[in-house]
Amino acid sequence: MKIIVCIKQVPDTTEIKIDPVTNTLKRDGVPSIINPDDKAALEAALVLKEKFDAHVTVLCMGPPQAEKALGEAFAMGADRTILLSGREFAGADTLATSRTLAAAIRNLEYDIIIGGRQAIDGDTAQVGPQLAEHLGLPQVTYATDISYKKGVFTVVRQMEDRLQTVEVEGPLLVTVLSAMNKPRYMNVGRIVKVQKPEVWGVADIEIPPEHLGLKGSPTKVAATFTKSYNTDKKVIEVDAASAADLIIETLKAKHLIKE
Amino acid sequence: MENLSRDLFDTMIEGFALNEVQPLAASIDEEERFPSETVEKMAKIGLMGITAPVELGGAGGDERMYVRAVEVLSKYCATTGVILSAHTSLCLTPILRFGSDAQKQKYIPQLACGKLGAFGLTEPNAGTDAGNQQSTAVKTEGGYILNGSKLFITNAGYADIYVVFAMTDKSKRTKGITAFILEKDFKGFSIGKKEKKMGIRGSATCELIFENVFVPEENRLGAEGEGFKIAMSTLDGGRIGIAAQALGIAEGALDESVKYVKERKQFGKPLSALQNTQFTIADCKTRVEAAKLLVYQAADAFELQAKDVSVKAAMAKLYAAETAMYVTTKAVQMHGGYGYTREYPVERMMRDAKITEIYEGTSEVQKLVISGALLK
Repeated sequence: MKIIVCIKQVPDTTEIKIDPVTNTLKRDGVPSIINPDDKAALEAALVLKEKFDAHVTVLCMGPPQAEKALGEAFAMGADRTILLSGREFAGADTLATSRTLAAAIRNLEYDIIIGGRQAIDGDTAQVGPQLAEHLGLPQVTYATDISYKKGVFTVVRQMEDRLQTVEVEGPLLVTVLSAMNKPRYMNVGRIVKVQKPEVWGVADIEIPPEHLGLKGSPTKVAATFTKSYNTDKKVIEVDAASAADLIIETLKAKHLIKE
Repeated sequence: MENLSRDLFDTMIEGFALNEVQPLAASIDEEERFPSETVEKMAKIGLMGITAPVELGGAGGDERMYVRAVEVLSKYCATTGVILSAHTSLCLTPILRFGSDAQKQKYIPQLACGKLGAFGLTEPNAGTDAGNQQSTAVKTEGGYILNGSKLFITNAGYADIYVVFAMTDKSKRTKGITAFILEKDFKGFSIGKKEKKMGIRGSATCELIFENVFVPEENRLGAEGEGFKIAMSTLDGGRIGIAAQALGIAEGALDESVKYVKERKQFGKPLSALQNTQFTIADCKTRVEAAKLLVYQAADAFELQAKDVSVKAAMAKLYAAETAMYVTTKAVQMHGGYGYTREYPVERMMRDAKITEIYEGTSEVQKLVISGALLK
């Protein structure tokens, strides 16, 4: 079995602060990590590797610093790591990113592509599904479990109020949730002999130049701002017992709860 | 080693210590419980054989990496730090450096994969005066018969493999001491009373008892009479491990204090707005950084087996231990009444810090080593 895992390096915070002056993400002093959903994807791939002697290739598009995320992937157990990096790729939105990843993946062999549902710095959840479309693959999103038997992958999806189990023949693309597993720690021996990723530039993939980076990105960000909450509020100081009654009465008055 | 490897190791050990070690730190102290589950987890990711070569089942890392591991673990839990330090510096390292090929082939893979190591030199009447060994090893057919006892042995009872010392020729004093590798199941080898300690209370510290223990010839470590040399060289490494533990304790106490003085308000402002707090934090941080440089310098010297490693190890241990005491005492003071309670970790850190001035050579012994090299 051949597995490709797509990962993104993101700032390590779920509460990204926005610079009020420039309206851009404040990244200074925030360490970078493998996006949590993507790390779960890598763990899922490594579990399949152990069971089926699979070969795991990890692919990441990003600046040269993303070498660390791929080093971590190697130290966790990935066999091969590839960094898609180059000035031409910069400024890519989800469409340009998925087209670039698809172009790279066309150079590789695979039975399954696994990625995270979404990245914590963008929350779009678009790259996985777009990638599947570019490659003409069936896609299963929001996965919490992946198993395999005789060419068929069984994937459990987390729906809003239920779990859905689907069986799909490979090759396919799956996006997973970080809740599906607890990623392993890097192994010390693999850290010591860590392999730097292969770096692929624009010359290594086949893609029309107009699909790349900023000029290949139809998404235009009109404005970014921090949401402020300005609801009506009233401070009433009473003891705990009467506070409970007061809350119930207020909620009833607003028809938020029934009699 | 690649910078990328160092960077990844720091990320890994910090995450491991925070998620697997810190949550247990208070309870294993309170219950005086040895955290076997942590040792298992450390073995699984290769932390029990950091410096062992890959062909013997180790990670093939270096002394600096090992020192970082002890430092970061000790930042959250000094008990866990000393378990790794005693195992690596005092058991795995002497077998690697002084063991025969057969001994290395037999014991290093076990130690690297989860079997725990320990070291027995100290006796009731041979502490700082380690040359005054009373345990004896008498030559017999195919091996030696060991008798005697050892005191204050870290990891005792939980370790599978022990490096111990005994007199093979009393008339030769320190040149009559020989080192041996014992397995926990050797007949006549037992564990005595467990000490009730002030700090590092999750770590097991017990007596070792030898009653006519037969040790096969192939388990003699080094030549007859080489034991004292092996012990002293081993302790150079051990001191660096303990210096790293002390450094970690100091860093942990400083981190806790920085967090606390920013949150705690008195007189309408956080403690961090008071100049006394600012000066104390500055003193602590400066000492921590100075200790760090001494510890890393000593680790590099040990890695290269440099001539002056003993002095460098002694300076690192002396200064890091004093820093641990200084910073943890200040940390408790900055926390005020809360710092004296077990609700905050600085109380435990202050108790843990004290031992670093005592074991693996007291601060006074370190001063003798340092001045001895200058005044000879």
